Amino acid sequence: MSVKQGLLALLAEEPMYGARLRSEFEARTGGTWPLNVGQVYTTLARLERDGLVEPVGGSDDEGRIAYRLTAAGLSEIESWWLTPVDRDSTPRDELVIKLALAVTAPGVDVQRVVQAQRTATLRHLRDLTRLKSRASDEPSANDVAWLLVLENLLFAAEAEVRWLDHVESTLSRMPAAAVRRASAVDAVAGPSDTPRTAAALPKGARA
Amino acid sequence: MSADTAPVLVLDDVSRVHGEGETEVVALSHASLTVARGELVAVMGPSGSGKSSLLNLAGGLDRATSGRVVVEGVDVASLDARGLAALRRRSIGFVFQDLNLIPSLTAAENIGLPLELDGWSVRRARSQALDALDRLRLRELADRYPDQMSGGQQQRVAIARALVGERTLVLADEPTGALDSHTGEGVLKILRQRCDAGAAGLLVTHEARHAAWADRVVFLRDGVVVDETGTAPTADSLLTEAR
Ligand SMILES: Nc1ncnc2c1ncn2[C@@H]1O[C@H](COP(=O)(O)OP(=O)(O)OP(=O)(O)O)[C@@H](O)[C@H]1O
Ligand SMILES: [Mg+2]
Repeated sequence: MSVKQGLLALLAEEPMYGARLRSEFEARTGGTWPLNVGQVYTTLARLERDGLVEPVGGSDDEGRIAYRLTAAGLSEIESWWLTPVDRDSTPRDELVIKLALAVTAPGVDVQRVVQAQRTATLRHLRDLTRLKSRASDEPSANDVAWLLVLENLLFAAEAEVRWLDHVESTLSRMPAAAVRRASAVDAVAGPSDTPRTAAALPKGARA
Repeated sequence: MSADTAPVLVLDDVSRVHGEGETEVVALSHASLTVARGELVAVMGPSGSGKSSLLNLAGGLDRATSGRVVVEGVDVASLDARGLAALRRRSIGFVFQDLNLIPSLTAAENIGLPLELDGWSVRRARSQALDALDRLRLRELADRYPDQMSGGQQQRVAIARALVGERTLVLADEPTGALDSHTGEGVLKILRQRCDAGAAGLLVTHEARHAAWADRVVFLRDGVVVDETGTAPTADSLLTEAR
Protein backbone atom coordinates (compact mmCIF):
# COMPACT_ATOMS: atom_id res chain seq x y z
CA MET A 1 0.00 0.00 0.00
CA SER A 2 1.12 3.53 -0.52
CA VAL A 3 -0.04 6.96 0.52
CA LYS A 4 -1.81 7.03 -2.82
CA GLN A 5 -4.52 4.54 -1.82
CA GLY A 6 -4.96 6.22 1.52
CA LEU A 7 -5.68 9.58 -0.06
CA LEU A 8 -8.00 8.08 -2.65
CA ALA A 9 -9.97 6.34 0.11
CA LEU A 10 -10.43 9.61 1.97
CA LEU A 11 -11.34 11.59 -1.12
CA ALA A 12 -14.02 9.00 -1.92
CA GLU A 13 -15.94 10.41 1.04
CA GLU A 14 -15.79 14.10 0.15
CA PRO A 15 -13.44 16.64 -1.45
CA MET A 16 -10.60 17.75 0.85
CA TYR A 17 -7.53 19.93 0.64
CA GLY A 18 -4.01 18.77 1.54
CA ALA A 19 -3.75 19.71 5.20
CA ARG A 20 -7.09 18.12 6.01
CA LEU A 21 -6.11 14.94 4.13
CA ARG A 22 -2.99 14.73 6.20
CA SER A 23 -4.74 15.09 9.55
CA GLU A 24 -7.57 12.73 8.61
CA PHE A 25 -5.10 10.10 7.42
CA GLU A 26 -3.18 10.22 10.69
CA ALA A 27 -6.22 10.25 12.95
CA ARG A 28 -7.87 7.39 11.15
CA THR A 29 -4.88 5.07 11.04
CA GLY A 30 -4.26 5.30 14.77
CA GLY A 31 -1.30 7.61 14.26
CA THR A 32 0.83 4.73 13.00
CA TRP A 33 1.72 6.43 9.75
CA PRO A 34 2.63 10.09 10.13
CA LEU A 35 2.74 12.03 6.86
CA ASN A 36 4.16 15.42 6.09
CA VAL A 37 2.27 17.93 4.01
CA GLY A 38 4.92 17.81 1.28
CA GLN A 39 4.26 14.09 0.79
CA VAL A 40 0.55 14.76 0.53
CA TYR A 41 0.99 17.43 -2.13
CA THR A 42 3.43 15.45 -4.28
CA THR A 43 1.07 12.48 -4.12
CA LEU A 44 -1.90 14.66 -5.07
CA ALA A 45 0.09 16.05 -8.01
CA ARG A 46 0.85 12.51 -9.21
CA LEU A 47 -2.77 11.44 -8.80
CA GLU A 48 -3.91 14.48 -10.80
CA ARG A 49 -1.39 13.68 -13.54
CA ASP A 50 -2.78 10.13 -13.71
CA GLY A 51 -6.34 11.41 -13.95
CA LEU A 52 -7.47 9.94 -10.62
CA VAL A 53 -8.23 13.23 -8.84
CA GLU A 54 -9.03 16.78 -9.94
CA PRO A 55 -9.12 20.16 -8.23
CA VAL A 56 -12.52 21.51 -7.23
CA GLY A 57 -12.62 25.06 -8.58
CA GLY A 58 -9.79 27.44 -7.70
CA SER A 59 -7.99 28.14 -4.45
CA ASP A 60 -9.89 29.54 -1.46
CA ASP A 61 -9.05 32.72 0.55
CA GLU A 62 -6.14 30.94 2.22
CA GLY A 63 -4.79 29.63 -1.07
CA ARG A 64 -5.92 26.05 -0.43
CA ILE A 65 -7.11 23.83 -3.26
CA ALA A 66 -9.59 21.05 -2.54
CA TYR A 67 -9.44 17.83 -4.59
CA ARG A 68 -12.06 15.27 -5.47
CA LEU A 69 -12.00 11.85 -7.12
CA THR A 70 -12.58 11.39 -10.82
CA ALA A 71 -14.57 8.40 -12.10
CA ALA A 72 -11.26 6.62 -12.74
CA GLY A 73 -10.15 7.41 -9.18
CA LEU A 74 -13.36 5.99 -7.79
CA SER A 75 -13.02 2.71 -9.66
CA GLU A 76 -9.36 2.51 -8.62
CA ILE A 77 -10.25 2.74 -4.93
CA GLU A 78 -13.20 0.38 -5.23
CA SER A 79 -11.00 -2.33 -6.66
CA TRP A 80 -8.35 -1.65 -3.99
CA TRP A 81 -10.74 -2.43 -1.10
CA LEU A 82 -11.39 -5.89 -2.49
CA THR A 83 -7.90 -6.82 -3.69
CA PRO A 84 -6.15 -9.00 -1.09
CA VAL A 85 -2.94 -7.56 0.28
CA ASP A 86 0.00 -9.33 -1.31
CA ARG A 87 2.59 -10.27 1.26
CA ASP A 88 6.15 -11.05 0.38
CA SER A 89 6.44 -14.69 1.48
CA THR A 90 10.21 -14.66 2.02
CA PRO A 91 11.05 -14.01 5.67
CA ARG A 92 13.19 -10.90 5.85
CA ASP A 93 12.43 -10.21 9.43
CA GLU A 94 15.68 -9.52 11.30
CA LEU A 95 14.64 -11.74 14.19
CA VAL A 96 13.92 -14.70 11.94
CA ILE A 97 17.25 -14.34 10.18
CA LYS A 98 19.07 -13.83 13.47
CA LEU A 99 17.67 -17.02 15.00
CA ALA A 100 18.23 -19.05 11.87
CA LEU A 101 21.87 -17.97 11.97
CA ALA A 102 22.14 -18.47 15.73
CA VAL A 103 21.01 -22.09 15.46
CA THR A 104 23.81 -22.95 13.07
CA ALA A 105 26.52 -20.63 14.37
CA PRO A 106 29.03 -22.34 16.67
CA GLY A 107 29.28 -20.91 20.16
CA VAL A 108 25.99 -19.00 20.17
CA ASP A 109 23.69 -19.77 23.10
CA VAL A 110 20.39 -19.83 21.23
CA GLN A 111 18.37 -20.10 24.42
CA ARG A 112 19.77 -16.81 25.61
CA VAL A 113 19.03 -15.20 22.27
CA VAL A 114 15.45 -16.45 22.53
CA GLN A 115 15.10 -15.34 26.14
CA ALA A 116 16.47 -11.85 25.50
CA GLN A 117 14.03 -11.34 22.66
CA ARG A 118 11.08 -12.80 24.55
CA THR A 119 11.71 -10.52 27.50
CA ALA A 120 11.74 -7.49 25.22
CA THR A 121 8.66 -8.60 23.30
CA LEU A 122 6.73 -9.30 26.51
CA ARG A 123 7.53 -5.81 27.73
CA HIS A 124 6.28 -4.43 24.47
CA LEU A 125 3.13 -6.52 24.84
CA ARG A 126 2.64 -5.22 28.36
CA ASP A 127 2.98 -1.62 27.23
CA LEU A 128 0.47 -2.18 24.45
CA THR A 129 -1.91 -3.80 26.94
CA ARG A 130 -1.64 -0.79 29.24
CA LEU A 131 -2.46 1.52 26.38
CA LYS A 132 -5.40 -0.65 25.48
CA SER A 133 -6.77 -0.79 28.99
CA ARG A 134 -7.03 3.01 28.89
CA ALA A 135 -9.38 2.88 25.94
CA SER A 136 -12.78 4.35 26.59
CA ASP A 137 -15.83 2.12 27.00
CA GLU A 138 -17.69 4.17 24.44
CA PRO A 139 -15.14 4.74 21.73
CA SER A 140 -15.63 7.12 18.84
CA ALA A 141 -15.08 5.85 15.30
CA ASN A 142 -11.48 7.12 15.34
CA ASP A 143 -10.92 5.47 18.72
CA VAL A 144 -12.07 2.19 17.23
CA ALA A 145 -9.59 2.61 14.37
CA TRP A 146 -6.85 3.30 16.90
CA LEU A 147 -7.88 0.30 18.97
CA LEU A 148 -7.84 -2.02 15.97
CA VAL A 149 -4.35 -0.88 15.02
CA LEU A 150 -3.29 -1.45 18.62
CA GLU A 151 -4.84 -4.94 18.60
CA ASN A 152 -2.93 -5.74 15.44
CA LEU A 153 0.32 -4.90 17.20
CA LEU A 154 -0.78 -7.00 20.16
CA PHE A 155 -1.50 -10.00 17.97
CA ALA A 156 1.84 -9.60 16.21
CA ALA A 157 3.75 -9.42 19.48
CA GLU A 158 1.80 -12.39 20.82
CA ALA A 159 2.57 -14.42 17.70
CA GLU A 160 6.24 -13.58 18.08
CA VAL A 161 6.30 -14.82 21.68
CA ARG A 162 4.54 -18.02 20.67
CA TRP A 163 7.02 -18.59 17.91
CA LEU A 164 9.90 -18.00 20.33
CA ASP A 165 8.37 -20.53 22.75
CA HIS A 166 8.15 -22.95 19.87
CA VAL A 167 11.78 -22.38 18.86
CA GLU A 168 12.83 -22.99 22.43
CA SER A 169 10.89 -26.21 22.85
CA THR A 170 12.02 -27.51 19.45
CA LEU A 171 15.65 -26.94 20.37
CA SER A 172 15.27 -28.35 23.87
CA ARG A 173 14.04 -31.64 22.38
CA MET A 174 17.11 -31.93 20.21
CA PRO A 175 20.47 -33.19 21.48
CA ALA A 176 22.81 -30.20 21.74
CA ALA A 177 25.35 -31.89 19.51
CA ALA A 178 22.82 -32.25 16.70
CA VAL A 179 22.06 -28.56 16.76
CA ARG A 180 25.70 -27.65 16.51
CA ARG A 181 26.47 -30.27 13.87
CA ALA A 182 23.75 -28.96 11.61
CA SER A 183 25.93 -26.35 10.00
CA ALA A 184 24.84 -24.28 7.04
CA VAL A 185 26.46 -26.95 4.87
CA ASP A 186 24.13 -29.66 6.20
CA ALA A 187 21.17 -27.44 5.61
CA VAL A 188 22.14 -26.96 1.99
CA ALA A 189 22.80 -30.68 1.53
CA GLY A 190 19.12 -31.45 2.11
CA PRO A 191 17.55 -34.40 3.92
CA SER A 192 19.93 -36.68 5.75
CA ASP A 193 20.00 -38.79 8.89
CA THR A 194 20.84 -35.83 11.07
CA PRO A 195 17.83 -34.33 12.80
CA ARG A 196 16.41 -31.42 10.89
CA THR A 197 17.05 -28.13 12.57
CA ALA A 198 15.08 -24.95 12.41
CA ALA A 199 17.61 -23.67 9.88
CA ALA A 200 16.72 -26.44 7.47
CA LEU A 201 13.00 -25.79 7.68
CA PRO A 202 12.59 -22.68 5.52
CA LYS A 203 14.29 -24.60 2.73
CA GLY A 204 11.70 -27.37 2.85
CA ALA A 205 8.93 -24.84 3.14
CA ARG A 206 10.09 -23.09 0.01
CA ALA A 207 10.13 -26.27 -2.08
CA MET B 1 9.62 -0.97 56.59
CA SER B 2 6.08 0.38 56.90
CA ALA B 3 3.08 -1.88 56.45
CA ASP B 4 2.38 -0.34 53.07
CA THR B 5 5.74 -1.01 51.53
CA ALA B 6 6.43 -4.38 53.16
CA PRO B 7 6.14 -7.09 50.51
CA VAL B 8 3.07 -9.30 50.74
CA LEU B 9 4.97 -12.34 49.52
CA VAL B 10 8.63 -13.23 49.77
CA LEU B 11 10.18 -16.44 48.49
CA ASP B 12 13.75 -16.62 49.64
CA ASP B 13 15.93 -19.29 48.03
CA VAL B 14 13.08 -21.78 48.01
CA SER B 15 13.50 -25.37 46.81
CA ARG B 16 10.99 -28.18 46.67
CA VAL B 17 12.21 -31.71 46.11
CA HIS B 18 9.84 -34.67 45.78
CA GLY B 19 11.05 -38.18 46.57
CA GLU B 20 14.69 -39.09 46.93
CA GLY B 21 17.49 -41.04 45.32
CA GLU B 22 16.60 -42.43 41.90
CA THR B 23 13.06 -41.07 41.97
CA GLU B 24 14.02 -37.60 43.16
CA VAL B 25 12.25 -34.77 41.32
CA VAL B 26 13.33 -31.18 41.85
CA ALA B 27 10.13 -29.23 41.27
CA LEU B 28 11.63 -25.89 42.29
CA SER B 29 15.26 -25.00 42.78
CA HIS B 30 16.53 -21.98 44.76
CA ALA B 31 13.76 -19.67 43.63
CA SER B 32 13.63 -16.14 45.02
CA LEU B 33 10.78 -13.75 44.38
CA THR B 34 9.16 -10.77 46.03
CA VAL B 35 5.67 -9.46 45.32
CA ALA B 36 4.68 -6.10 46.74
CA ARG B 37 1.27 -4.64 47.42
CA GLY B 38 -0.24 -3.36 44.19
CA GLU B 39 1.86 -5.66 42.08
CA LEU B 40 0.74 -8.38 39.69
CA VAL B 41 3.49 -10.81 38.70
CA ALA B 42 3.07 -13.39 35.94
CA VAL B 43 4.82 -16.76 36.04
CA MET B 44 5.57 -18.40 32.71
CA GLY B 45 7.49 -21.45 31.62
CA PRO B 46 7.10 -24.77 29.84
CA SER B 47 4.90 -27.53 31.23
CA GLY B 48 6.55 -29.18 34.23
CA SER B 49 8.85 -26.22 34.89
CA GLY B 50 7.54 -25.70 38.42
CA LYS B 51 4.91 -22.98 38.07
CA SER B 52 2.18 -24.71 40.08
CA SER B 53 4.76 -25.83 42.62
CA LEU B 54 5.79 -22.22 43.14
CA LEU B 55 2.19 -21.13 43.57
CA ASN B 56 1.38 -23.93 46.02
CA LEU B 57 4.38 -23.01 48.12
CA ALA B 58 3.42 -19.33 48.05
CA GLY B 59 -0.09 -20.24 49.20
CA GLY B 60 1.07 -22.47 52.02
CA LEU B 61 -0.48 -25.54 50.41
CA ASP B 62 2.89 -27.23 50.30
CA ARG B 63 6.02 -26.90 52.42
CA ALA B 64 9.42 -25.98 51.03
CA THR B 65 12.26 -28.47 51.31
CA SER B 66 14.57 -25.54 51.97
CA GLY B 67 14.37 -21.76 51.92
CA ARG B 68 11.77 -19.42 53.39
CA VAL B 69 8.24 -18.48 52.33
CA VAL B 70 6.98 -15.31 54.01
CA VAL B 71 3.38 -14.09 53.62
CA GLU B 72 2.39 -10.76 55.18
CA GLY B 73 5.57 -10.83 57.23
CA VAL B 74 4.89 -14.32 58.62
CA ASP B 75 7.22 -17.21 57.86
CA VAL B 76 4.76 -19.96 56.94
CA ALA B 77 7.14 -22.61 58.34
CA SER B 78 6.51 -21.09 61.80
CA LEU B 79 2.76 -21.74 61.58
CA ASP B 80 1.04 -24.91 62.73
CA ALA B 81 -1.74 -26.43 60.64
CA ARG B 82 -4.41 -24.21 62.23
CA GLY B 83 -2.38 -21.05 61.84
CA LEU B 84 -1.72 -21.86 58.24
CA ALA B 85 -5.38 -22.59 57.56
CA ALA B 86 -6.35 -19.25 59.10
CA LEU B 87 -3.77 -17.39 56.98
CA ARG B 88 -5.12 -19.08 53.86
CA ARG B 89 -8.73 -18.25 54.71
CA ARG B 90 -8.10 -14.61 55.50
CA SER B 91 -5.27 -13.42 53.34
CA ILE B 92 -4.88 -15.73 50.40
CA GLY B 93 -7.22 -16.24 47.46
CA PHE B 94 -6.57 -19.24 45.24
CA VAL B 95 -7.72 -20.10 41.76
CA PHE B 96 -6.46 -23.55 40.88
CA GLN B 97 -5.49 -25.02 37.55
CA ASP B 98 -8.21 -27.66 37.86
CA LEU B 99 -11.32 -26.13 39.32
CA ASN B 100 -12.33 -27.16 42.74
CA LEU B 101 -15.68 -25.86 43.63
CA ILE B 102 -17.40 -28.08 46.14
CA PRO B 103 -20.09 -29.98 44.19
CA SER B 104 -22.65 -30.03 46.99
CA LEU B 105 -22.60 -26.24 47.48
CA THR B 106 -24.13 -23.53 45.27
CA ALA B 107 -21.98 -20.83 43.69
CA ALA B 108 -22.80 -18.35 46.46
CA GLU B 109 -22.12 -20.95 49.15
CA ASN B 110 -18.80 -21.86 47.55
CA ILE B 111 -17.78 -18.22 47.52
CA GLY B 112 -18.96 -17.53 51.05
CA LEU B 113 -17.38 -20.65 52.51
CA PRO B 114 -13.98 -19.20 53.45
CA LEU B 115 -15.76 -16.34 55.23
CA GLU B 116 -18.10 -18.68 57.10
CA LEU B 117 -15.16 -20.83 58.13
CA ASP B 118 -13.64 -17.65 59.46
CA GLY B 119 -16.63 -17.05 61.74
CA TRP B 120 -18.80 -14.77 59.61
CA SER B 121 -22.55 -15.25 59.87
CA VAL B 122 -24.16 -17.13 56.99
CA ARG B 123 -26.04 -13.97 56.07
CA ARG B 124 -23.00 -11.70 55.94
CA ALA B 125 -21.04 -14.32 54.03
CA ARG B 126 -23.86 -14.59 51.50
CA SER B 127 -24.09 -10.87 51.02
CA GLN B 128 -20.32 -10.67 50.41
CA ALA B 129 -20.57 -13.59 48.02
CA LEU B 130 -23.33 -11.85 46.06
CA ASP B 131 -21.19 -8.71 45.86
CA ALA B 132 -18.33 -10.77 44.49
CA LEU B 133 -20.66 -12.32 41.92
CA ASP B 134 -21.97 -8.89 40.96
CA ARG B 135 -18.47 -7.66 40.28
CA LEU B 136 -18.03 -10.49 37.80
CA ARG B 137 -21.57 -9.99 36.46
CA LEU B 138 -22.51 -13.50 37.54
CA ARG B 139 -25.35 -12.75 39.93
CA GLU B 140 -27.70 -15.14 38.13
CA LEU B 141 -25.43 -18.08 39.01
CA ALA B 142 -25.70 -17.54 42.76
CA ASP B 143 -27.98 -20.49 43.47
CA ARG B 144 -26.69 -22.96 40.93
CA TYR B 145 -24.60 -25.98 41.74
CA PRO B 146 -21.30 -26.55 39.91
CA ASP B 147 -22.79 -29.27 37.68
CA GLN B 148 -25.40 -26.75 36.53
CA MET B 149 -22.77 -24.36 35.21
CA SER B 150 -20.50 -24.39 32.17
CA GLY B 151 -16.76 -24.85 32.67
CA GLY B 152 -16.18 -21.15 32.04
CA GLN B 153 -18.87 -20.16 34.54
CA GLN B 154 -17.35 -22.44 37.18
CA GLN B 155 -14.00 -20.84 36.48
CA ARG B 156 -15.39 -17.38 37.08
CA VAL B 157 -17.11 -18.48 40.28
CA ALA B 158 -13.76 -19.84 41.44
CA ILE B 159 -12.27 -16.42 40.73
CA ALA B 160 -15.06 -14.69 42.64
CA ARG B 161 -14.23 -16.92 45.58
CA ALA B 162 -10.54 -16.00 45.40
CA LEU B 163 -11.42 -12.31 45.51
CA VAL B 164 -14.09 -12.35 48.21
CA GLY B 165 -13.39 -10.58 51.51
CA GLU B 166 -10.13 -8.78 52.22
CA ARG B 167 -7.62 -11.03 50.51
CA THR B 168 -4.23 -9.42 50.13
CA LEU B 169 -2.56 -12.18 48.13
CA VAL B 170 -4.30 -13.62 45.09
CA LEU B 171 -2.75 -16.71 43.51
CA ALA B 172 -4.14 -17.78 40.17
CA ASP B 173 -3.04 -20.85 38.24
CA GLU B 174 -4.16 -20.57 34.60
CA PRO B 175 -7.40 -18.84 35.62
CA THR B 176 -8.40 -18.21 32.03
CA GLY B 177 -8.11 -21.83 30.92
CA ALA B 178 -11.75 -22.52 30.09
CA LEU B 179 -12.70 -19.02 29.04
CA ASP B 180 -13.08 -17.46 25.60
CA SER B 181 -10.79 -14.54 24.89
CA HIS B 182 -13.23 -11.79 25.85
CA THR B 183 -14.26 -13.39 29.12
CA GLY B 184 -10.66 -14.26 29.87
CA GLU B 185 -9.69 -10.65 29.38
CA GLY B 186 -12.48 -9.58 31.73
CA VAL B 187 -11.06 -11.84 34.43
CA LEU B 188 -7.59 -10.37 34.01
CA LYS B 189 -9.02 -6.87 34.23
CA ILE B 190 -10.60 -7.79 37.56
CA LEU B 191 -7.35 -9.28 38.80
CA ARG B 192 -5.51 -6.16 37.67
CA GLN B 193 -8.03 -3.88 39.42
CA ARG B 194 -7.71 -5.91 42.60
CA CYS B 195 -3.95 -5.45 42.50
CA ASP B 196 -4.23 -1.76 41.66
CA ALA B 197 -6.44 -1.49 44.73
CA GLY B 198 -3.64 -2.87 46.90
CA ALA B 199 -3.57 -6.66 46.66
CA ALA B 200 -0.54 -8.62 45.50
CA GLY B 201 -1.10 -11.11 42.70
CA LEU B 202 0.74 -14.06 41.23
CA LEU B 203 -0.62 -15.34 37.93
CA VAL B 204 0.53 -18.51 36.20
CA THR B 205 -0.17 -18.43 32.49
CA HIS B 206 0.99 -19.87 29.20
CA GLU B 207 -0.37 -16.93 27.27
CA ALA B 208 1.80 -13.92 26.59
CA ARG B 209 -1.34 -11.86 26.03
CA HIS B 210 -2.42 -12.57 29.59
CA ALA B 211 1.02 -12.14 31.10
CA ALA B 212 0.94 -8.69 29.53
CA TRP B 213 -1.47 -7.56 32.26
CA ALA B 214 1.23 -8.12 34.86
CA ASP B 215 3.89 -5.68 35.96
CA ARG B 216 6.59 -8.31 35.68
CA VAL B 217 7.02 -11.76 34.25
CA VAL B 218 9.06 -14.48 35.95
CA PHE B 219 10.28 -17.34 33.77
CA LEU B 220 10.84 -20.83 35.06
CA ARG B 221 12.69 -23.62 33.35
CA ASP B 222 13.30 -26.97 35.06
CA GLY B 223 12.46 -25.45 38.42
CA VAL B 224 14.90 -22.58 38.04
CA VAL B 225 14.02 -18.90 37.64
CA VAL B 226 15.84 -18.07 34.44
CA ASP B 227 14.76 -14.52 33.89
CA GLU B 228 12.60 -11.70 35.04
CA THR B 229 11.34 -8.86 32.95
CA GLY B 230 12.01 -5.84 35.08
CA THR B 231 9.72 -2.87 35.25
CA ALA B 232 10.95 -1.09 32.18
CA PRO B 233 9.87 2.47 31.45
CA THR B 234 6.58 2.34 29.62
CA ALA B 235 6.82 3.17 25.97
CA ASP B 236 3.77 5.38 25.83
CA SER B 237 5.11 6.89 22.65
CA LEU B 238 4.51 3.61 20.86
CA LEU B 239 1.30 4.92 19.49
CA THR B 240 0.05 8.42 19.63
CA GLU B 241 -3.39 8.41 21.07
CA ALA B 242 -5.65 9.61 18.33
CA ARG B 243 -8.18 11.65 20.18
N1 LIG C 1 3.70 -34.51 44.33
C1 LIG C 1 4.66 -34.66 43.43
N2 LIG C 1 5.46 -35.74 43.41
C2 LIG C 1 6.45 -35.85 42.49
N3 LIG C 1 6.71 -34.95 41.55
C3 LIG C 1 5.96 -33.85 41.50
C4 LIG C 1 4.87 -33.64 42.42
N4 LIG C 1 4.31 -32.45 42.13
C5 LIG C 1 4.97 -31.96 41.06
N5 LIG C 1 5.97 -32.79 40.68
C6 LIG C 1 6.91 -32.58 39.57
O1 LIG C 1 7.48 -31.31 39.70
C7 LIG C 1 7.69 -30.70 38.42
C8 LIG C 1 7.00 -29.37 38.38
O2 LIG C 1 5.58 -29.57 38.40
P1 LIG C 1 4.56 -28.36 38.34
O3 LIG C 1 3.21 -28.92 38.55
O4 LIG C 1 5.00 -27.31 39.27
O5 LIG C 1 4.74 -27.88 36.82
P2 LIG C 1 3.98 -26.71 36.02
O6 LIG C 1 5.02 -25.74 35.59
O7 LIG C 1 2.86 -26.19 36.83
O8 LIG C 1 3.44 -27.48 34.73
P3 LIG C 1 2.06 -27.28 33.89
O9 LIG C 1 2.28 -26.10 33.00
O10 LIG C 1 1.98 -28.55 33.10
O11 LIG C 1 0.93 -27.12 34.85
C9 LIG C 1 7.17 -31.70 37.41
O12 LIG C 1 8.24 -32.44 36.92
C10 LIG C 1 6.22 -32.58 38.25
O13 LIG C 1 6.16 -33.88 37.70
MG1 LIG D 1 0.72 -26.27 36.61
